[in-house]
Amino acid sequence: MEKWYLMTVVVLIGLTVRWTVSLNSYSGAGKPPMFGDYEAQRHWQEITFNLPVKQWYFNSSDNNLPYWGLDYPPLTAYHSLLCAYVAKFINPDWIALHTSRGYESQAHKLFMRTTVLIADLLIYIPAVVLYCCCLKEISTKKKIANALCILLYPGLILIDYGHFQNIYNSVSLGFALWGVLGVSCDCDLLGSLAFCLAINYKQMELYHALPFFCFLLGKCFKKGLKGKGFVLLVKLACIVVASFVLCWLPFFTEREQTLQVLRRLFPVDRGLFEDKVANIWCSFNVFLKIKDILPHHIQLIMSFCFTFLSLLPACIKLILQPSSKGFKFTLVSCALSFFLFSFQVHEKSILLVSLPVCLVLSEIPFMSTWFLLVSTFSMLPLLLKDELLMPSVVTTMAFFIACVTSFSIFEKTSEEELQLKSFSISVRKYLPCFTFLSRIIQYLFLISVITMVLLTLMTVTLDPPQKLPDLFSVLVCFVSCLNFLFFLVYFNIIIMWDSKSGRNQKKIS
Amino acid sequence: MAAFTIATGTGNWFSALALGVTLLKCLLIPTYHSTDFEVHRNWLAITHSLPISQWYYEATSEWTLDYPPFFAWFEYILSHVAKYFDQEMLNVHNLNYSSSRTLLFQRFSVIFMDVLFVYAVRECCKCIDGKKVGKELTEKPKFILSVLLLWNFGLLIVDHIHFQYNGFLFGLMLLSIARLFQRQGLPILSRLVLNSWGQAILPRRLTKVLGLQKRHMEGAFLFAVLLHFKHIYLYVAPAYGVYLLRSYCFTANKPDGSIRWKSFSFVRVISLGLVVFLVSALSLGPFLALNQLPQVFSRLFPFKRGLCHAYWAPNFWALYNALDKVLSVIGLKLKFLDPNNIPKASMTSGLVQQFQHTVLPSVTPLATLICTLIAILPSIFCLWFKPQGPRGFLRCLTLCALSSFMFGWHVHEKAILLAILPMSLLSVGKAGDASIFLILTTTGHYSLFPLLFTAPELPIKILLMLLFTIYSISSLKTLFRKEKPLFNWMETFYLLGLGPLEVCCEFVFPFTSWKVKYPFIPLLLTSVYCAVGITYAWFKLYVSVLIDSAIGKTKKQ
Repeated sequence: MEKWYLMTVVVLIGLTVRWTVSLNSYSGAGKPPMFGDYEAQRHWQEITFNLPVKQWYFNSSDNNLPYWGLDYPPLTAYHSLLCAYVAKFINPDWIALHTSRGYESQAHKLFMRTTVLIADLLIYIPAVVLYCCCLKEISTKKKIANALCILLYPGLILIDYGHFQNIYNSVSLGFALWGVLGVSCDCDLLGSLAFCLAINYKQMELYHALPFFCFLLGKCFKKGLKGKGFVLLVKLACIVVASFVLCWLPFFTEREQTLQVLRRLFPVDRGLFEDKVANIWCSFNVFLKIKDILPHHIQLIMSFCFTFLSLLPACIKLILQPSSKGFKFTLVSCALSFFLFSFQVHEKSILLVSLPVCLVLSEIPFMSTWFLLVSTFSMLPLLLKDELLMPSVVTTMAFFIACVTSFSIFEKTSEEELQLKSFSISVRKYLPCFTFLSRIIQYLFLISVITMVLLTLMTVTLDPPQKLPDLFSVLVCFVSCLNFLFFLVYFNIIIMWDSKSGRNQKKIS
Repeated sequence: MAAFTIATGTGNWFSALALGVTLLKCLLIPTYHSTDFEVHRNWLAITHSLPISQWYYEATSEWTLDYPPFFAWFEYILSHVAKYFDQEMLNVHNLNYSSSRTLLFQRFSVIFMDVLFVYAVRECCKCIDGKKVGKELTEKPKFILSVLLLWNFGLLIVDHIHFQYNGFLFGLMLLSIARLFQRQGLPILSRLVLNSWGQAILPRRLTKVLGLQKRHMEGAFLFAVLLHFKHIYLYVAPAYGVYLLRSYCFTANKPDGSIRWKSFSFVRVISLGLVVFLVSALSLGPFLALNQLPQVFSRLFPFKRGLCHAYWAPNFWALYNALDKVLSVIGLKLKFLDPNNIPKASMTSGLVQQFQHTVLPSVTPLATLICTLIAILPSIFCLWFKPQGPRGFLRCLTLCALSSFMFGWHVHEKAILLAILPMSLLSVGKAGDASIFLILTTTGHYSLFPLLFTAPELPIKILLMLLFTIYSISSLKTLFRKEKPLFNWMETFYLLGLGPLEVCCEFVFPFTSWKVKYPFIPLLLTSVYCAVGITYAWFKLYVSVLIDSAIGKTKKQ
């Protein structure tokens, strides 16, 4: 590869943008008594460093769980412990038990930001670069452009470096990406190991688990369940069990320990949704207060059913016809179904959908760019709360320009390039006049972008009426939710109509 | 949608580059800013709230107005926008005032003024005809040049982190250079003169005359304006003067390239003089009328400062000082010197403005002036006796800037940009120039590192420096891949040495016991190490210019 230097330049641009964003404010800066996610991460370092493993997930006089108790899987806790050792070396005050609560200083901020950057540099960025290098059928230049766009995706940068989420998304998403990379390059064992690490870092990675499971199962079926396929299946099972056991080892000693960790990870009693999320339940809440009308367990069952039904077709299809392209699209649609319908979703969980969308950026640039813009927009209320307006606008624009120049997305709106050819052909069998699909999608894009810009402007400049203080954030969620529903339909159509053209394409490649 | 496509420009790489760097500048808004931020705020306040007669007398703040009048007028205009942001920043007595609105206004004013720089880069790209190698966009000289100029590391950190208004000033300079290149600017001008219905507004002969001549005048005019914005550009004024006199006022050469005295055009000299005079009159006239010229000049040229800045700019005098230091240490060891005779200040050199030499003779302003003139003269002679078109002018201009940087009195490290930016234009043309450019740029940019000394900015400066350096070296190597390698082993070794130097200065030294005892060592090392590289680049450029003109002569004969 002669143009490796351009790849270096791209990585450096990504790093520079990340660091400049990190100079801004973070969540809960100077807001006692609870502060924000930043304090949560610092608090975890304090807890994991000072308390024995057995007490990490239990409420005690030293570990006040309502105050940012650990509620992520063990790998996160180990990572916090590692950071705590470094913190101890630099300044023991940062992680002193009890006394360090709400500790804030310029040096500490610098330290925390650096931990994010290092984790990102070690896990997420190499995965992105490698993924882009492994892409087939496109030129070196396009690979580099693709890497630039993925690295500039504003959602991840803003949440990890601006907002400072207590859990490092770049780590969990990075592991998931390594998993995707391994599984699609036929290193199934390594891939599933990486993905297990991802789940053990952040339980929300379960959004991606079904496609992984289906894809690997489909592969096994394809190889023949009586011969090689069975061997592979056993190997995979061993890898998964072994990696889980390793991660959970300190918590398997007692039954109560394991149960307590699980209870912390899946807090089902916290309600259908919190704050403002751009999913179905929160949007529907505008018209009907489901949360108050329906009993708790029915909400749980209802959300489960919806999620399950919406992702079923794509998963079955993947088992029957496992292909790495179908796998990526199924990742998108499953994660999106989970985000839209499942129980207790955070607005930041949209990043779990954005990652697989980034992966299909080179295949359907127009729709992916659009989706990624909407996903960033859906977090607007959160970003505004953290005073991150300026970096949000700037990085979003940078991302948009990068996508427009490297993929010339506006020229790629034909049915073929939207991968809707076979769909519209089969619709035309019944409706011959169905030729306006790509035109409609262009108009929808324009409308969507204009709404987003207008809503952003209104949120920033206008004061909401006194009766409806949350008017704008509800509107933002509602609009994003509508967009996401549209995307769910779109991605499912692509997946379901893929077979005919997909097989031909595979032969070519 | 179609209109949108055109506006955002698919394949319009230039606007993508310019927009990209503008967005990066916006991201740099919350970074550290130096006292220059307060300097410019104070000037806003002075020009806004005081009458002209007070501008150059006001001294409430220690940061008095010491730029020429056009810059003061520029601040005056800015202040009338500033009042809509925050009225308080326009109060002269509000020292060190920096509300968030003030910050936003000042930062955005720099970013906004850079539009001029972007335009100038675009014009420069139009008139540069570099080597044409591959068809790939990223290998085109125009693309490389626009990245080298737009994403210039020095400008980014000096303007958008440290805070200064160099961008639009360099924009003016590049624009004037571009105008001198665009002698055959007829198509552009005739497009302007022909109105949109294709009718000629002016008689054809007149447009032709104008088209051929106007560009030189425009270049001269722009440079004169620039001089009255910031007088540091006086460094390169000799190149402008000689070039215009030689190539514009003499309309023809003898066949062997030497001067044809009869072709001297009085009209052109007078028109040039008139342009310069009118610009100066506009700028200095009001102060002449107020009888304040001596005061203005005393503010513009403060010779009371020391030979070197607190941090030695990496030039000849840095080497001279370092040599003096080494000699005095050796002298003390070998008992040639009496410890009681050594001045105290020299023990903490680098922290005190006035540096007293112990062994070598002290340097006076006059000596530096003479050295500078001697250093500039050969390049001027080359330009006069062997004018090689705009390219020769550009080399002479770079040499002037570099020579003044090497030998000037109280030179700032930022002044290296004055050589780096014009040199970028040369670098995409010839492999030899590219090699010199890379050494000069890399060391020159590295020598700007001490400008940013706060921890949060450390990753930014390292990342941006790596970004620019890796890009410039790799892209120029690709451009000239068919010729001999750009660096020999010694140059490679020297450039690679910058890495360990940075590690030592910023990561190792603070943890050693010397930090308290000899706090000046990192600065000293940086400045001496960079001085070697810059001196080498200066020397190499000089040699190549002199050899080129000698070869040119023998060829003609």
